[in-house]
Amino acid sequence: MTDFSNVMVQGYRRDNGHIGVRNHVLILPLDDISNAACEAVANNIKGTLAIPHAYGRLQFGEDLEVHFRTLIGTGSNANVAAVVVIGIEPEWTQRVVDGIAETGKPVAGLSIEQNGDLKTIMDASHIAKQYVHYATELQREDCPLCELWISTKCGESDTTTGLGSCPAVGNMYDKLLPIGITGFFGETSEITGAEHICKHRAINEEVGERWYKMWKAYQDDVIFAHQTDDLSDSQPTKGNILGGLTTIEEKALGNLEKIGRTSRYIDILGPAEKPQSGAGLYFMDSSSAAAECVTLMAAGGAVIHTFPTGQGNVIGNPIVPVIKITANPRTIRTMSEHVDVDVSGILRRETTIDEAGDQLIDMIIRTANGRNTAAEALGHREFSMTKLYRSA
Amino acid sequence: MSEIPHLLVHDHEDTVGVVVVEGLEAGTDMLVCITHDNSTFRLKAEQSVPIGHKISLRDHKVGDTVYKYGEDIGRIIQDCAKGHHLHTHNCKTKRW
Repeated sequence: MTDFSNVMVQGYRRDNGHIGVRNHVLILPLDDISNAACEAVANNIKGTLAIPHAYGRLQFGEDLEVHFRTLIGTGSNANVAAVVVIGIEPEWTQRVVDGIAETGKPVAGLSIEQNGDLKTIMDASHIAKQYVHYATELQREDCPLCELWISTKCGESDTTTGLGSCPAVGNMYDKLLPIGITGFFGETSEITGAEHICKHRAINEEVGERWYKMWKAYQDDVIFAHQTDDLSDSQPTKGNILGGLTTIEEKALGNLEKIGRTSRYIDILGPAEKPQSGAGLYFMDSSSAAAECVTLMAAGGAVIHTFPTGQGNVIGNPIVPVIKITANPRTIRTMSEHVDVDVSGILRRETTIDEAGDQLIDMIIRTANGRNTAAEALGHREFSMTKLYRSA
Repeated sequence: MSEIPHLLVHDHEDTVGVVVVEGLEAGTDMLVCITHDNSTFRLKAEQSVPIGHKISLRDHKVGDTVYKYGEDIGRIIQDCAKGHHLHTHNCKTKRW
């Protein structure tokens, strides 16, 4: 087996020690009504990226905490060099700025009230331009592969994901977690049907019990509280069923293949929470909707996402390269422009899971070094905030 | 494996396999491979089944449990004979 412990990638070492593989200057809206100003700044200053979203007003409680964690985490992600935050009012804007500033990276906040869009856009554009000069002078340097933070979540799953693309991701984790990477998996709802297995994949009983409590809370507070009929129309999804998946149990068992054979999760994270227990695999309590889940894991600090798909999901993320991997030969034939790693050889028994894992690791290294993924080339920048309940 | 398998089965305990070729026609003498140890056997496809969909490895009766990955993935709600298409029309979750 290849020893990956001394493999180096060309990354950006940030002031807080974290390694990034992209170098974005973000124009980050605090709230929905600041999207227009952010997009205007990004249009003025080339090399910046606005990430509009739908929320940020009148939220409260845990829902507001998730909102702040997501924005602060996104700005703090090591793939981001510098951030301009724009909000309607100064107080919450400053809270996001202060959170991002803890990383040591350049960050500034502007608010629109008493200034108007036009003055805000002009002031923000001047700052954004300076940040672009700063970011474009940063150099990639040798960084150990074993320090990368790598997440996973699958989408448009079918029966081939459980046979090929998810086991390939699992094999990657089984090889890279022991050398020290930090990993994320989640999709709380889509573990349903395999919860008895997932509970026992914890590092110890205490973590397993905490995981089960979290999963059960989701069942009681979300599913049973809101269901109007049986959930057969939502889980599996229509796309899953078209791809041959029949039940939520079958889907969940395939999904769990992503954590391989030997990997154990060491802790549980809330949505968008950053790992605090050192290197290892973490379960993040997260939506199973692709864009929401990847957004939360990026906010948690993941710098590369591995995305197994069966029927062909097209998702990307504005700050994290999303590597698509599929084993379905029909998806390769019909939507190859969305696929980074073709492991269809597994279905023909020409490729072993071990070889497919190596193929994925090779693509992770190339992506870290700068290769744009299919989703990046196609302009997929889905940034979807998780909303826990109605605003005040 | 010189011949490409038509159907993959995860474990020996499983009662279904997954079609992994496009355009599988009824009557095909399928090569079935159990991925756990790459052992093979042959089975006749009684129906044309799309890629990714499942074929029953034995005669399932209403109420029977369907096994895949060696685990319970649901119950039979309409009889499904060996070699036939097993999906949402004859199998359902036990959860909801």
